[in-house]
Amino acid sequence: MSGCAAPSLTPQENAPHLGRPADPQVLARQRLNVFPDGSGLPTGRGTVAEGGALYARHCAACHGRDARGGSAEELAGAVRPLNDPDADRTIGSYWPHATTLFDFIRRAKPMGAPGTLSADEVYALCAWLLHANGVVPADAVMDAQSLPAVRMPNRDGFIRIEAD
Amino acid sequence: MPARRPSPHTLPEVAGGGLLDRRLFLRRGLVLATATAAAHTASATPDDDLPWLHEPGAPFTPYGQPSPHERLTARRIGANRAVPGNGVSFTPLEELEGIITPNGLHFERHHNGVPQIDPARHTLTLHGRVKQPLVFDVKSLLRYPMRSQLLFIECGGNSNAGWHQSPIQRPAGSVHGLISCAEWTGVPLSVLLDEAGVEPDARWVIAEGADAGAMNMSIPLAKMREDCLIGLYQNGERLRPEQGYPMRLIVPGWEGVLHVKWLQRLELSAQPVMSRNETAKYTELLPSGKARQFTFTMDCKSLITSPSHGQSLKQPDIYQVSGLAWSGHGRIRRVEVSADGGRSWADAALDGPVLPRCLTRFRIPWRWNGQPAVLKSRAIDERGNRQPERAALVAERGRAGYFHYNGIVAWAIDDDGRVSHTY
Repeated sequence: MSGCAAPSLTPQENAPHLGRPADPQVLARQRLNVFPDGSGLPTGRGTVAEGGALYARHCAACHGRDARGGSAEELAGAVRPLNDPDADRTIGSYWPHATTLFDFIRRAKPMGAPGTLSADEVYALCAWLLHANGVVPADAVMDAQSLPAVRMPNRDGFIRIEAD
Repeated sequence: MPARRPSPHTLPEVAGGGLLDRRLFLRRGLVLATATAAAHTASATPDDDLPWLHEPGAPFTPYGQPSPHERLTARRIGANRAVPGNGVSFTPLEELEGIITPNGLHFERHHNGVPQIDPARHTLTLHGRVKQPLVFDVKSLLRYPMRSQLLFIECGGNSNAGWHQSPIQRPAGSVHGLISCAEWTGVPLSVLLDEAGVEPDARWVIAEGADAGAMNMSIPLAKMREDCLIGLYQNGERLRPEQGYPMRLIVPGWEGVLHVKWLQRLELSAQPVMSRNETAKYTELLPSGKARQFTFTMDCKSLITSPSHGQSLKQPDIYQVSGLAWSGHGRIRRVEVSADGGRSWADAALDGPVLPRCLTRFRIPWRWNGQPAVLKSRAIDERGNRQPERAALVAERGRAGYFHYNGIVAWAIDDDGRVSHTY
């Protein structure tokens, strides 16, 4: 029998502590998460008209010229409501937050060259897609203030099952 | 002289349709017939002049490969024709035994291809609501205390054909094979969270990959602290590129999309990010038009892999019914099998060890009399969760939810011994 037990260490006392402090300037240059309250949105702006040209160039080949779908899913033009067994789940009918558009387009689109669009271009695509879904008017301008202020039609359509 | 034991061919059944006592497996010398793949023809070779007895074998190889005779045991790929890196590959469950999925057969879901990451240029950044944002390189993380755990990973969209109006006729693995099981080894996330210091208002951790699209998902901080790992090894070797090399998140028992591969950032926040994959996708539309969101735990589920679709029973005989059961809530407590379409049930034997949030193999002997039969399995976990009949699941959720299908799977055997999917 050992006379004295080794002192028990908590995991953090035991951890090697090999993380180095993150450089805030490097972090600020990353394409980070964009939240429903708008935090994480960069400066910049884009119009529906600018977005239409960008959509035709980068998106229409897969999502269809009118955003009604193609080899990729439909983005606009929902006809069957969400309580229909074959509901149309478009941005306008299903997505609860407009900021999700910016977060997703900036990191993931276009699929052939993700992460290459400027902030202005991403704002413009958000504006055009929201307009194509009848959520904002044709003269809408999207920026860090106006985008999180857009109220999506299905904002309250979700029931949180395992989260508060 | 040993006592004469009754032949299994005359033993009484323990449930309708010819199910026999699972303890028969304890008998040595029990001979079982196996269902065979329809296309598979075994050819007997005279064993007196086999060439490998008379010539030297192949030299050593740096990394072993399966026998060329097993090349058909492969993942089945379903991808978008326009974007070949967006899709899935299924684990061929009905071709495998035991509970461990070989690394080359682990299912995949990629949104935009498999990145080829140089580990020397990859880092993990922990930032947001922490006292000190930290950057870890791969070499540093490999020096942290690690933990190993056998765990399944199941895609939230696994078995989604179960929502279809009519039963899909495909092999078991091609419908239900978005689940695999491996030993995952890595650094407990709680250690890194403590090192950075968590701000009191943090409730969520947003994990982000380094693939083309930097996929991001929000996970409750409490789960991250409880049992999540930065996974570095799979079945003893460093992760394969298609499994997230050099590091992925391991979120025991929760849906696959949360096990973010090629993990590059973890942001702590008070709110979820509401990313595309936790709003537009991986949410389940109900008949009311409302949608279930943040359905993380993969529910209690089981599946007979033998016999299953596409296989056939050659003649009336004693067969081994075998399959897999799992629950994201914990251990499997019991698996029951029915051979009469669910009118009566018998307990299957569970291969040990039965581990929490891990695949469990079950088996039961079955005497097939040559008549049409319907085989089903249903699992119950240690929390009392029961795998539901399909009709009950559809009655509760409708058919538009797509994700989190865990209904009972039924295989119909016709009088020629052919196995097909049925409801």
